[in-house]
Parts: sequence; structure tokens; C-alpha cells
Amino acid sequence: MELTQILTLAAKEFRDRIRNRWVLAVALVFTVFSLVIAYFGGAQQGQLGLRSIEFTIASLVSLVIYLIPLIALLLGFDAVVGERERGSLDLLLSLPITRLELLLGKYLGLAAALTLSTLAGFGLVAILLFQQFSWPGLYHYLGFMISSVLLGLAFLSLAVLMSVIARERTRASGLAIALWFFFVLVFDLLLLAGLVGTGGAYGGDAFAYMLLLNPADVFRILNVFTLEDVRTLYGLASIVPPALAKPWLMGSVMLAWIVVPLALARWRFKS
Amino acid sequence: MTNITLASNPPDLGGPAIQARGVAKYYGALHAVDGVDLTVQRGEIFGLIGHNGAGKSTLFKMMLGLIEPSAGEILIDGASVRGRDFRAARRHIGYLPENVVLYDNLSGLETMRFFAKLKGAPSAQCAPTLARVGLAHAATRPLREYSKGMRQRLGFAQALLGKPSVLFLDEPSNGLDPQAIRDFYATLRGLRDDGVTILITSHILAELQERVDRLAIMSAGKIQALGSVQELRNQMHLPLCLALRLAPVDVLAAQQLLTHLSAVSSTPSADGLRISCPREAKMAVLGALMGLGAKLLDLKIQEPSLEDVFFGFSD
Repeated sequence: MELTQILTLAAKEFRDRIRNRWVLAVALVFTVFSLVIAYFGGAQQGQLGLRSIEFTIASLVSLVIYLIPLIALLLGFDAVVGERERGSLDLLLSLPITRLELLLGKYLGLAAALTLSTLAGFGLVAILLFQQFSWPGLYHYLGFMISSVLLGLAFLSLAVLMSVIARERTRASGLAIALWFFFVLVFDLLLLAGLVGTGGAYGGDAFAYMLLLNPADVFRILNVFTLEDVRTLYGLASIVPPALAKPWLMGSVMLAWIVVPLALARWRFKS
Repeated sequence: MTNITLASNPPDLGGPAIQARGVAKYYGALHAVDGVDLTVQRGEIFGLIGHNGAGKSTLFKMMLGLIEPSAGEILIDGASVRGRDFRAARRHIGYLPENVVLYDNLSGLETMRFFAKLKGAPSAQCAPTLARVGLAHAATRPLREYSKGMRQRLGFAQALLGKPSVLFLDEPSNGLDPQAIRDFYATLRGLRDDGVTILITSHILAELQERVDRLAIMSAGKIQALGSVQELRNQMHLPLCLALRLAPVDVLAAQQLLTHLSAVSSTPSADGLRISCPREAKMAVLGALMGLGAKLLDLKIQEPSLEDVFFGFSD
């Protein structure tokens, strides 16, 4: 594996997203949404402005769970199939590049673009929180930002897998949207239905561990179970065993959600 | 670093540039390529023609190591495409895929630098190579402003990076105007004189006919015929065609002069007579036509075109 090849591919991919203003647009979307939610999130309770760190993060978590997977999937779904349709995939593979280098280069370039826009987008609220709550507040918020980046990288990895599996761009985009529906909208409902349907007859912990099969839920647990207030706010404490409420463990699961789809993509990437 | 790679994997300059032995690719019951043996010598311009689905692009992709053959072996510059050292050999291979679309947001020069880096070629080559294909004026413009012909020339330019020893060009003259096609083939001849081996496909057979040293005709996954244009014509025993210009009243007289010759046929045409005869009967036919004297207003001898050869083989 040659690092220069990976970096050359990554740099091109990253520059592409800077140049077509993708990074700027996504950063702006995140900035506007995070400011609005942080400031007006408490309006229903008759309050304006930043209330508490916990409340701000809890509000942002629900936004991020919808938005970041969608953006990451849209960013990555045509990474390989797009080159295939343009006819440039054969050209790239005729160069001294392995398929693994091509995948990693593409992934890293897109990941850098996504990471930059996420950090820039949520950075403004970080500054506001720091002004109001100083370091302790910022510490938790930084955890939220890092986990948001990881969530994006996990879905980007899934998107790249779709772009390898699908033979046409339109099919890849369909698969990507289907993944979003499944993980963001359907998965928790199914799990809940299973829990209610079995009347809790089968060990409650098993259902909790099934949350690990969804990166969006891993992200939720990462953010919710580090904060006492939010834990009660969500009522998730009742089903998630304390064993899962460890940031390093959830962080590792998230890393697995980044690595495994990429490894599968390499395995499926034959020609 | 490039030098080290070169030193450890020197191109095998003694042997042929491309060797394919018993190469096959099966997709289930479909035999896309079915037992191809082919040797292309160093410094040869070699044409590969065939209808769509004849197997030529599958063969191309196997030679580039993009898809794995079901059977057989391919050596490029002495390196097996399935071998570990083929990665180093790729630095000396140029490839222009058919109908490739490059990156709209990059300029011509940036595109060249991107491919030069991946190929391990010095970036100092980029601007001169762009100039060589006539794109110096557009080097800094983004590709979205390029015409189809300019994109094709850029595709050709990237294939030339890294001083390739073998060039694979798939339908390279697509979108080029006649002048650009002439320039393109002049460049190819220059490269050949420097010892570069060039493998080229084209649907425009008349264009290849004048410009390749040898060619192979593929059909149903097999090479049906192989040789120079002249050799293929001879193999086919294609008749010559003579077009005579005559006044209508003299057509019958001309036909009567030919009746004693065997294997010669003639049909009246708009401005005279068309005669079809075996190559070896040419002088006998001309001798017989002397009898027409001044009635023969004009005469043209037409060699069978590659199209005729092509359709003769692949039908």
C-alpha cells in the first residue's frame, strides 16, 4: 500500500468538494440549524437563548441524527459508481493503484470534507457555549462534535459500500436513501415493536445490545449517557444497561461501523 | 523512487511488447473472449477491430489487468498482468478508455498533474504534453468548458504521461475533427518511431486501414484474421473492381470483349460498366479492354477496402 497514491486521490476528492462549495454549503446548514436549535430550542417552555449544556446537546442530537446520516450518504453514494459511469474507473485502475488504495483515497478525501464542514458548522455554537458556561460546558460539547463526526464517517463508509455494490448511480442513490430510512426511521420502531410484542419475555438486555447494530443509536447512547439530565430526559435509561454507557466502548463500536463497511466494500470491489 | 522501481523491474526490451496465449473470459455460458493468441511486436501500431460485443474491449481490459482472464496468460513488456510486479509495469502503460469523462472541476493542467502523480511521472511533463496535443492555450481552463474534441485530446495527453512503452487506445479519434485526426496519427507515428507499441481500436475502419502496421479482426470472442491490410486482402481472395466510364451505346461492346475470360463479371453502372475480377486476371482484363480504343473514356481500379475484408471475415 502506497500512502502517496491514497493522499493524491484524497486531495483531489477534497479539493473537488471545496471547489464546488459543498463544504461551505453543509457548514452553513449546520451553523444555521445549530444556532436556531440552541437559541430557540426552549421556546416551547417559554424560554429563549442558551439554557444549559445538557439541553443544548440533547436538542442538537435529535437534529444531527436526521441530518448527518443523510448528508454523509449523499456525499458518498457515487464515489465509485460515479467513476464507473463516467468511464474513469477503468482509467484509474489501469494506473499503479490498488483497489484498496482507490477506496481509501476516495474515503479519506470525502471524510476530510465532511469532518471540516461538521466542525465548522457546529463551531459557532461551541464559541457561544464557551462564553456562557466556560470549560466544563465546552468539554461535553466537544464530545458531541467528535461523536457527530464519527456518525458521519460511519454513514459515509456505508455510502461507499453502496457505491461499490451498485452498478448504476441511480441504484446507488436508491440504496443510500433506503439505508437512511432503515437506520434513522425504521430501526428503532422495529426494535420497540419487538420489545412490546414479546412483552419483555426475552431478556431486556438483548434488545439493548441490538441498539449497537445501528450507528445512529450508538451516537445517541454516546451523547445521552454521558449526561445525567439527558438520561432522564430521554427515558432511555430504562432499557440501556450501564455496561453500554461507556464512551470508549461506544466509540469503539462506532469505529467498527466505519471500518467494517469499508472492508466489505473492498471485498465486493472486484472490477 | 521511480528510478529504483525501474531498476528493479526493467522492461524486458528484448521480447515482444504484448503476448497473449490462450486467453479466454467466460461469463457463465457466454464466451466473451475464447482462446486468443496474439503477439504484438515492440514499435508496432496494431489495430483491433470487430463489431460491438466481438470481445475486443474485454480483451483490452484483460491486457490492462482490469479483469482477470478465465484462462490463459498475458504478458506486457514481459510482465504477467496477474503477477505482483505488474504494478511497476503499469507506470509504462498508457490507456485511453472509450468515451471517458474526466473531472469537470479540474483544469487541464490539474488533471494532468493528478494523473502524473498517480503514475509516478514528473509533473514537469504535464505542460509540454498538453502542448503536444494542442491544448497549451486551454491548460488553465476547467474541463467543463472543454469541447468534446478537447476532452479527447486531454485523454490522449494523460495516456502519454510517464513516457509509456505500450499505449492502449480505445476508439481514440472519437469526437476529433479531420485535422485533429491527422495530427493525432502523426503523433502516433512519432511515438512508434521512438519504439512505443500502440494498440488501437476503431470503428472507423477506413481510418485504421491506412495507419496500422497490422490488425486483428475479432468476432464472437475469437481472432478471425490477423495480418497487414495487404495480407488480409490476399487471404480473402477479394476481387478487384474496375470502374469504366463509357458512352451508353458502348457498354454492350465492352461486355462482349470480356465474355471469353473466366471468373470475370460485369454490371452496367450509371456512367458505364463495373467489372469484378480476380486479382490475377487484372492484366488479362486490361488487355481485353484495349479493344475499346478511344471509346473507353476513363478507368479506375479499386482495391477492396478494409470494410470489405472486415465484413468478409465477420459475417
